[in-house]
Amino acid sequence: MRSEVRSRIGEHTVRWIMGACAGVSLLALGLIVLFLFREGMPVFRTVSLGGFLGGRFWFPTSEPPSLGILPMILGSGLVTGFALLVAVPLGIGTALFVGEVAPASARNPLKVAVEMLAGVPSVVYGFFGLMIVVPWLQATLNLPTGQTALTASLLLGIMAVPTVASIAEDAVAAVPDTWREASLALGATRWQTLRSVVVPAARSGLLAGTLLGMGRAVGETMTVLMVSGNSPTLPPVLGWPVRTLTATIALEMAETPVGSPHYHALFAVGGVLFLFTLTLNVVGELVGNRIRRLA
Amino acid sequence: MNRVWSQRTAFALLGLSALAVFAALAVVLGFVTVRGAPAISWEFLSAFPRRGMTEGGIFPALLGTFYLVLGTVIVSLPLGVGAAIYLAEYAEQRSWIRVVRIGVNNLAAVPSIVFGLFGLAFFVKALGLGVSILSGALTLGLMVMPLLIRSTEEALNAVPKEFREGALALGATRWQAVRSVVLPVAVPGILTGAILAVGRAAGETAPIMFTAAAFYTPRLPRSPLDEVMALPYHLYVMATESTAFWRTRHLQFGTALVLLGLVLILYLWAAVWRARIRRRKRW
Repeated sequence: MRSEVRSRIGEHTVRWIMGACAGVSLLALGLIVLFLFREGMPVFRTVSLGGFLGGRFWFPTSEPPSLGILPMILGSGLVTGFALLVAVPLGIGTALFVGEVAPASARNPLKVAVEMLAGVPSVVYGFFGLMIVVPWLQATLNLPTGQTALTASLLLGIMAVPTVASIAEDAVAAVPDTWREASLALGATRWQTLRSVVVPAARSGLLAGTLLGMGRAVGETMTVLMVSGNSPTLPPVLGWPVRTLTATIALEMAETPVGSPHYHALFAVGGVLFLFTLTLNVVGELVGNRIRRLA
Repeated sequence: MNRVWSQRTAFALLGLSALAVFAALAVVLGFVTVRGAPAISWEFLSAFPRRGMTEGGIFPALLGTFYLVLGTVIVSLPLGVGAAIYLAEYAEQRSWIRVVRIGVNNLAAVPSIVFGLFGLAFFVKALGLGVSILSGALTLGLMVMPLLIRSTEEALNAVPKEFREGALALGATRWQAVRSVVLPVAVPGILTGAILAVGRAAGETAPIMFTAAAFYTPRLPRSPLDEVMALPYHLYVMATESTAFWRTRHLQFGTALVLLGLVLILYLWAAVWRARIRRRKRW
């Protein structure tokens, strides 16, 4: 009798502890928002919101400081946009190949390769880019420097492939086999089936993969920091050095006096990044949910 | 005929994109291995950097990364597994599960540099832990938690419902059923998730830049409140900021090879193990 009571009390405690563990993720997210807000907001004592987001000049240490992050917003946009031109075709192509075309024996090695690609640390990509891609691009395209937006885009594109591919693969796998069989039975080839049945059915998942790949590219720091040249030019040009939002934080945080407008500005840059990836993620999830309901 | 050729062309293009992914991995691995291998020696792995980091080894960075990863696992594994057990085995209210899941997914999407900023503001400054192993491990721990929750949940969901029902029918409480029936079956799946988390934590630079990593420390850390050298940060500063960085390229390639090797071995181990678990389902 007593042990039954004890096990019931234990049961309650366990449920409570596990629930608390689940709450930690929410708490962490809440704390991130709170601290980005708390440390980022004071920048608006120095500069207006419009002046911050739309300002053309970033001279954080001059007196008075110019704290405009437009060059970095456009820089991140440029690098991310071109990275997607690499990541989306390669990622979706790989997912379709692995899921629909490749013989069963090649499937697992390919999946492992994609997972390994996801595992390469970003600093190693950055180092590889700095040592190999930068000099190669400089020589090939005859540029004054190889540290350009293009270099960063190429590397980021490759880095985002696993994100796009894994979500696209799930989307394609969620399309019921009966749909494929019906199409083949009507005399369509495998390619016609893939193009006119599987891809349209999976398109919201493919879009979700693209959005999350975009989030991955925008948030990437070390690779961009090492290969993009880091000069905040306006407007940013593909064949020239650029500065991204992430690289700005990484470059300048260590040398900034705590509590200075510069310090707060860097946290506000973090807030901009956070809001942007949050939006992408929420939209991606809303879009991605559609396919789960369909399957 | 036309149909046959358009299929051939299309499939060839798809195959080409898969090949490009394979090639990218091979090229990165190949270059780092070929140029890094000559630098690897027992001395490189076991010695301190010397002469302003232009000679010597990477031992403190290797050990620092080990400490950081160990701390990350201690922080995140119980929390992540607990959260997943709650989501998979306990939570009944669908709306609450959804809220938690949205939180987890959004935490997973936070850029690593933002984790770095948060770690600086919260652990380093607000909690006063300073730039330390502890601050770095806590920051990395929060970062890898979504990964652990997802993989643990997947492992728990793969355990057939009949296992739980059998235990409950024999009079076990829910926790007894989870602890002695469900968890033992799910352990391999949970561990592969943990290995991936270790790989991820070991390779990250941005979250530890402001929270744990030091350019150079003359001695090994003695407590969790000491700052440390870490492999990824060491590679970054050696390649970009150290004195005479153009003369130490061989050391940098060696460091890159050690880091890449460590992380990829972990990822490969997890991938192979997971494939084996999936194949070996006996029920």
